[in-house]
Order: sequence, then structure tokens, then C-alpha cells
Amino acid sequence: MNFDLYGFGPALAAGALMTVKLALTALCLGLVLGLAGALAKTSTYKPLQWLGGAYSTVVRGIPELLWVLLIYFGTVNMMRALGEFFGNPDLSLSAFAAGVIALGLCFGAYATEVFRGAILAIPKGHREAGVALGLSKFRIFTRLIMPQMWRIALPGLGNLFMILMKDTALVSVIGLEEIMRHAQIGVTVTKQPFTFFMVAAFMYLGLTVLAMTTLHFLEKRAARGFARSTQ
Amino acid sequence: MSGDYSWLAHFDLGLNWAVIIKWLPKLAQGAILTLELVAIAVIAGLLLAIPLGIARSSRRWYVSALPYAYIFFFRGTPLLVQLFLVYYGLAQFDAVRSSFMWPYLRDPFWCATATMTLHTAAYIAEILRGAIQAIPPGEIEAARALGMSKPKTLFYIILPRASRIGLPAYSNEVILMLKASALASTVTLLELTGMARTIIARTYLPVEIFFAAGLFYLLMAYILVRGFKLLERWLRVDACQGR
Repeated sequence: MNFDLYGFGPALAAGALMTVKLALTALCLGLVLGLAGALAKTSTYKPLQWLGGAYSTVVRGIPELLWVLLIYFGTVNMMRALGEFFGNPDLSLSAFAAGVIALGLCFGAYATEVFRGAILAIPKGHREAGVALGLSKFRIFTRLIMPQMWRIALPGLGNLFMILMKDTALVSVIGLEEIMRHAQIGVTVTKQPFTFFMVAAFMYLGLTVLAMTTLHFLEKRAARGFARSTQ
Repeated sequence: MSGDYSWLAHFDLGLNWAVIIKWLPKLAQGAILTLELVAIAVIAGLLLAIPLGIARSSRRWYVSALPYAYIFFFRGTPLLVQLFLVYYGLAQFDAVRSSFMWPYLRDPFWCATATMTLHTAAYIAEILRGAIQAIPPGEIEAARALGMSKPKTLFYIILPRASRIGLPAYSNEVILMLKASALASTVTLLELTGMARTIIARTYLPVEIFFAAGLFYLLMAYILVRGFKLLERWLRVDACQGR
């Protein structure tokens, strides 16, 4: 066994950085989508409720890989049409952008349910207190609901982030140069598939452990001031 | 398939429906392979998970250490990596290539089912552990007090009880495996996603074909959810959850 992986060590490290970048960018998009989905689902306006429900049901029922492929290959014509409109006919979605959109979409669909649960878990009296104090709807959400919601939603979001991080491997299918892609390139050159994929596996394990530690720290921080009585 | 589908133009979403209808039988063929993969994986995975989950919930560290490591590895790495490790990785060793297993390990179908089984077994074992630990201790103590031996308690009290507690989580896992089976297309299997990609290579219509494949996945997920609801009612899961 060769220690610097036949010269592919630095490339794999760069791949790990790309994986982290992709996961964090998709997380941002997913959180926004999830929050929007949860707000739609808990709103009193029927069409919005229906829209939120359709989003979380449809996206959760279709494999992540299919979303990645659909968004990468399915938007080619649309992007070209858009590009021609803006005078840039070569416009197309990069593998990174397609990956972010696909993974963010899937994360958002699951996060919709997590956020919805968290919103519903906040006692009704808090909202009513806000109304009684004359706060606007927007203010009630940003000042009363959101700060309390995070603590409840955090464990669920943490689980979803672990899933998201492992799903980043799917974006290698459309050619993004992350861990898996670099491992595959290494394999074609060195003919050592087991070595390279095992190294990739341990890199993902390392990332998972890192995310778990961070989440543990965040959960502890978010729960400060709360006695652990209600579990 | 032939016929006049012009009436469909009224429901046009900007999609070429004639192409979708033309390729539906092929996609259905892929969907059947997907179901086969999932069925083998979740059933074999359950059988593998039962000893794993029982060992994992043991209080002796030397019993629970190995299942813990197994579960940690399979839950901490992507299924795609595991699939490539088995399908491409094992060929690196001459010992594997010359063994009697090679005809199976060379076949993408057996590689995909084996990997999916190992993968889902880790998740199901964890579900089972949670279910075993959720059984009220009084029930197990009651069985022991009645003079039941340890294996008898396991088979007549712990496992039937844990299977009802764990069933809803198991049904979630089956749906997740249905979606994960799409990865089998990366090792050249022509299941639903693989079939869709092959058709797209011929028709150059990704939106239409992926849309149809997505509908198939939604339909399968819906049927599975309904089926598990019926199973839960049949096993009277609700009646057993009184705590």
C-alpha cells in the first residue's frame, strides 16, 4: 500500500473540500426551502397549504439520484433558451449548481416536515402573547417563533445534514470533482479500486464524525437554560 | 403502442406525451427490476439485522462492539461508495477472483442486492435496537418471573413486541431503500433509473422520461405506504402502543 495514494492524495483532499462546499451550499438552499415549505404548510391559506404539501410529498417520493440527473440534463434546453434571451447561448447549469439545487430541493422537502413539527411544538400562548403586545405577523415569526424553533428542529436537521453529506456522492455521477469522482479517476489510472474506494469511505466517515461532533456542540448550546426533563 | 392521443394535447405540460406512452412498457420493466432489488434487500436485510440488532442491544461490550462497528461503517458512508467497493473494489484481489463466489460478485445484480442488503441491515439493526430498548422492562421481567427461559423470552416476548414497535420505522426504511435502489443504475443495472437513462440516450428527451420514471417511483412509494398501513392494522400496532 502506497502512502500518498500514488500521487492522488492531494486530489482526494481537494475533493473532500469540494464535498464540504457542496454540502454547505446545499444546506443553505435547503434550509430556505424547508422554512418556506413549513410556513406554507402551516399557513391558514388553503392553496399555500396544498403547495407545501405537494412539494414535500413529491420530492420525498422520488430518488435523490433522479433529481440530480433531472436537474442536470433536464434543464439544458431551458438554460439555452434563457441564455439566448440574455445573449449568451452557451449558458448551462454547472455540475456544482445542479448538485446544489437537487440536494437542496431534497433536503428542503424533509426539512419542511422538521420545521413544521417545530413550529407546531411552540405553545399557542406565545403567539397570542405576541398578538396581544401588538407585534406584526412578521415580527412574531422572527422574534418569537424562529428563536424557539431552532432548538426543537436542530436534532432533526442534524440527521438530515448527515444524509445530505452522504448524498453529495451522487453528484459525482454528473461529473463534479468531489471525493468519489477523484477516487474514480485514481482507480482508472492505478487499477486499485478497493484501496481508493476504501480511502473515500474513510473520508466520508471522517466528515460524518466531524458533523456529529459539531451538531452535538450546537445542540448543547441551543439547549442551554433548558433542564432535560421532557426529553 | 399506437392510437390517437391528440386529445392529450389539452393536458400538455409542454411535454411530448406520445414518447412517454411509447416507452411506458420499458419503464415498467425497469420498475419490476427495482421492486425485485428492493424486495430482496429489505427481506434479507431484516434477517441479517435480527442477530445484529440483538447483539447491538447487549449490555456486554464484547458482544455489542462488532455490530456497533458494522453499523457505524455502513451508516457513516454513502451507499454509492459501498456499491463501488463491492462491484469494482473486490476485483482487486486475486483471491476473490479465483473463488467460487466470483460468478456472483461479477454480476451487477448480485452485487447490488448484496450491498443494499448489507447497507439496509445496518439501519434496520439500529431500528430493532431502539425497539428492543423501548419494550417496558416490566414485561420482560414478568416473562422471566413466569419461568420462561432467556431464548423463550426472546422469541415469545421481546421479538414480537419489538417488531410491532419497530414496524413504522421499518416501513420508512423500505421507502428509503426504494429510492436508494436508483443507485444500482451506476453499476450498469437496468432498473427504473437505469432504464430511463438508456431510453434518454436514444430519445434525447430527459425531461419526459425522467418525469415518467418519477411518476413510477411515486406510485410504488404510495403502494408501499398503503401496504404497510394495512399490515400495521393487521398486526394491531396501535393497540400495542399503550404505554
